[in-house]
Amino acid sequence: MLPFILKRLGLAILVAFTVSFISFSLLFLSGDPAAALAGETASGEDVEAIRVLYGFNRPMLVQYGEWLVQALQGNFGESYYFKLPVASLIADRLSVTMTLGVCGITFALLTAVPLGVAAAIRPNSIIDRVALFLSVAGQAMPSFWFGLILIVVFAIKLGWLPPSGATTWRHFIMPTIVLGYYAMPAIMRLTRAGMLEVLSSDYIRTARAKGAGEGRVMFKHALRNAIIPVVSLAAVQMGFMLGGSIVVESVFALHGAGYLAWESIARNDLPTVQALILIFSMFYIIFTFLADVLNAWLDPRMRSS
Amino acid sequence: MTVQQTIDPLLEEISGPTPRQILRKRVTGHKGLIFGLFVVFLLVLVAVFAPLLAPHSPYEQSLGSRMIEPVFLGGTWEHPLGTDHLGRDYMSRLIYGARVSLLIGLVAAMISGTIGTAMGVAAGYFGGKVDAVVTFLINVRLAMPVVLVALAVVAILGGSLQVVIGVLGLLLWDRFAVVMRASTLQVRRREYVAAAQAIGASTTRVVLSEIMPNIVNNLIVIVTLEMAHAILLEATLSFLGLGVQPPTPSWGLMVSEGKNMMLFEPWLVLIPGVVLFVLVLAINLMGDGLRDVTAPDSRS
Repeated sequence: MLPFILKRLGLAILVAFTVSFISFSLLFLSGDPAAALAGETASGEDVEAIRVLYGFNRPMLVQYGEWLVQALQGNFGESYYFKLPVASLIADRLSVTMTLGVCGITFALLTAVPLGVAAAIRPNSIIDRVALFLSVAGQAMPSFWFGLILIVVFAIKLGWLPPSGATTWRHFIMPTIVLGYYAMPAIMRLTRAGMLEVLSSDYIRTARAKGAGEGRVMFKHALRNAIIPVVSLAAVQMGFMLGGSIVVESVFALHGAGYLAWESIARNDLPTVQALILIFSMFYIIFTFLADVLNAWLDPRMRSS
Repeated sequence: MTVQQTIDPLLEEISGPTPRQILRKRVTGHKGLIFGLFVVFLLVLVAVFAPLLAPHSPYEQSLGSRMIEPVFLGGTWEHPLGTDHLGRDYMSRLIYGARVSLLIGLVAAMISGTIGTAMGVAAGYFGGKVDAVVTFLINVRLAMPVVLVALAVVAILGGSLQVVIGVLGLLLWDRFAVVMRASTLQVRRREYVAAAQAIGASTTRVVLSEIMPNIVNNLIVIVTLEMAHAILLEATLSFLGLGVQPPTPSWGLMVSEGKNMMLFEPWLVLIPGVVLFVLVLAINLMGDGLRDVTAPDSRS
């Protein structure tokens, strides 16, 4: 087990460094970050002053090294727009995004797993068809549009829920549904496929033959094994959802890290954007690492690969 | 009666329908695939013949006739789907929007397909270090938040059709690489590949004429699904204001422009969203259907 964890950890760290280099390089994509920062009306001298002030006149690798050393200590520089440390800006906003992410994945699991199990127990039944329809529709649904439609129906027409903001739990209902529905189809399909495969296996027949009750067969024997791949998919989806929360947060004006990312991109606030890309990537890397370790612990066969 | 004539029906009875007949039956019996093909074909026609079908110019503004409601909400046939906040004919913008979506989906999927297939096939065929590098790159790519990176790059380079296509093409190769790698691994050990190598065929030749034809089915399925993915992402970027720029008629942009008047005129948001949903749904159904038809045993 330990060699597997160490190997997997090494890979995660290597990926993290590569991602950090890419997100830092984004700054140089425009050619001259000083000119971009100074704006179109700036004179040549202004641009030169900014270049020296921010240290853009030094080699890119030197700048990356310094940025990385600082970032490892939790210092991501100062936001061009807010004139505040990026780290504290993001820390303020992260709780909203994390709440949304946890609610979203919980909603997705609570709908997808029972639906997937029910669909697998009775293939081609009404439930199976409803589940298939929901997953096919979910994959084609633009989340920004789904969010707006929910606002029109539940906030404007019916007046049941607040259309935007993040002050009470009621503000999180619609964003949770939108973000959760985004992750639901994949989880549902995997649960259904896993259950179908397990249910046709020999040990389920044995369990039934020895007279175990149907409920016991389903939950103790079948679901336990079918759920293993779902655990790692849920972790991957959680990572994607945090990155995807930018859309949901902008639709519902939830002032979380995703909303901050959107604002900062529009304002050319590159230090904030770099830090956010790095942090969202880190979440993904950490979640997938934990999922792989958990998987290896649950299923020893995984440790060899 | 000749021997041939007596044998033929017998042969048919023994051997059953020909592969071609089986395939045809599978295709026509697959409702999702038929629906998907039909809708996609229809929207491609709409996109190609947009100038003939659109009742008005998608760009022409007329401030005197702003926010006319669609015909089913009491409007007139002059503007069947009404007009937007600048008095532009909504139906014409939707029709031209099909061009934007399909063009971006197709070209982005072709770029990412080329990159991903090259990486995946190389990883699967050569294995070892090449495989390790490709797997690592896939991991790095998956760790980057797509929407965020795409938004940032478009913001820096400026929003135009070319930039959006380029960014999506360079970002969406991960699924191609994963699937092509797995498919190549499956066929690499087959006898016919070993036979081609044994008679001294070059690597290029083995890959192009022995490996590729046997994994092209999977490739087509992924091309379809990634096309849908690219179309959704373009709409998302344009909705967030950092994709295709006005006045280009993009469905995502139309939703974004209608958003401000959503309180009173929800149809401005509803209509482009429904069209986008139907197109992506149809492409996905087509992709799923193609997978079922070409590889029935991999159905899940």
